[in-house]
Amino acid sequence: MSNLLTRRALVTAGLTVAAGATGVGAAGRYNLIPPDYGGVFGIGETLTYSAQRLLTSGHSMAREFQRSDISKAPVVNGPAPKDEAFRALAAGGFKDWRLQVEGLIARPVSFSLDELRRLPMESHIVLHACEQGWSYIAEWTGVRLSSVLEMVQPRPEARYIVFMPFANPRQTTGEVRVQWDSIDMADALHPQTLLAYGMNGEVLPADFGAPLRLRMSRQLGYKNTKYLSRMIVTDRMDLYRKGDGTWYGGI
Amino acid sequence: MSIDSSSAALDPLSSAGAARRGGPTIELAADRTVQPLRHIAVVRVTHWIMAAGVLGLIVSGGGILISHPRLYWGETGAVGTPSLIDLPLPFIIGPSVWNRPIHFFFAWMLVLSALTYVAAGIATRHLRKDLLPAKADLNWKNIAGVISSHLRWKRTSADEAWTYNVVQRLTYLIVVFVLFPGVLYTGLAMSFGVSSVFPIMATALGGFQSARTLHFVFVSLLVIFFIVHMAMLVLVGFWSHVRAMITGYVPKGRNAP
Repeated sequence: MSNLLTRRALVTAGLTVAAGATGVGAAGRYNLIPPDYGGVFGIGETLTYSAQRLLTSGHSMAREFQRSDISKAPVVNGPAPKDEAFRALAAGGFKDWRLQVEGLIARPVSFSLDELRRLPMESHIVLHACEQGWSYIAEWTGVRLSSVLEMVQPRPEARYIVFMPFANPRQTTGEVRVQWDSIDMADALHPQTLLAYGMNGEVLPADFGAPLRLRMSRQLGYKNTKYLSRMIVTDRMDLYRKGDGTWYGGI
Repeated sequence: MSIDSSSAALDPLSSAGAARRGGPTIELAADRTVQPLRHIAVVRVTHWIMAAGVLGLIVSGGGILISHPRLYWGETGAVGTPSLIDLPLPFIIGPSVWNRPIHFFFAWMLVLSALTYVAAGIATRHLRKDLLPAKADLNWKNIAGVISSHLRWKRTSADEAWTYNVVQRLTYLIVVFVLFPGVLYTGLAMSFGVSSVFPIMATALGGFQSARTLHFVFVSLLVIFFIVHMAMLVLVGFWSHVRAMITGYVPKGRNAP
């Protein structure tokens, strides 16, 4: 009986390896490999990302809430940027601020806050949860990222959108750095993904990412880059973020 | 190779029957004896992979929990809002970030090995033979008897040690079919990707924070199981049992595991 089991185990192992190799090949072709696939823990990242991308492929929608569900005191997480350039822009009500868009697009362009506000506006009341464990519900107002992308015409090989914020101090150590991050096209083109300039019916406050932040409703809070200054369309997987932890935040 | 052909009256579901069927040694021929297998290969392999998965999940999960050791009910919760449980732990921000990839690595390890275990357990009849309690054993008197003898640290007889008693059977079934699915379900319910596909998974529990709290409750029950599991091992002989779960055989000259 144990011989039989061993043989069966060998055959199963062989089939698993073959299926795994085929799976990895197919996963690469259908954009199911995350940029942080490397290393031992990259195995888990890859399984989670590919499983969730298969599951969410039908444009699944994050849960939305009622106005009465909005949290009274949303959590302020991390200090706002302190550098001169940002302070000067903030002092002027961000009138001189522009969102630079570059990379795999027809030609680099930039948008002022007013230009973004003139694009079709929408609001979503959604749950914002930090990977630490706390959460709040808020209403976010802005323009769909997909509308902006439609205007800048990403090239077909585009796979990621990189978000560059102003340099801001680290929550724990106070070290000042540009905590840039990236998302895939599935979330970039998702109808609930906004470039948000408003929160709970008001202008986006400084503590929550003024003048413009990313708001994705199918990922954890840390993926929603605040204080945006630049957006890069890319197909590169080697440089995908500055920071530790899980790249895909739909977990 | 019919080991128990002589014992026609054996009921495979009864503890007593299983104990006799797998007695310490069985004479095949006059000149040699063969040790019967205590744990089949797939049970041994998946046992250790699941054990590594659970340990890795508890340690990395602790690293995530400690960044916000407060539990809430409903959808929202933060410092400044009413909490359900304030765990007596310090707030340490940072480890949650690098523990998350580790947590999901071990989560996949546990999920895949547990699924393999259940599939193999059905195919080999291990679940039916070794874990499903006999109807006759399923009464409170019997269960209370097992618990009370264990609470008095009474050593189990060699015969009983060749099978699982009714409390062990129920416990292992609860771990595999209640606690594991519970911890997985509540983990998935916290995922924004998953709840965008199956919103009911989160709303059925009362929300994101409820899922997080219940995730903690299921883990706590698993930790209690782990502590009792270790205590029982020490009680009945740690190394002989660990060795049996590695090699499949009971060390010679010892009581059965």
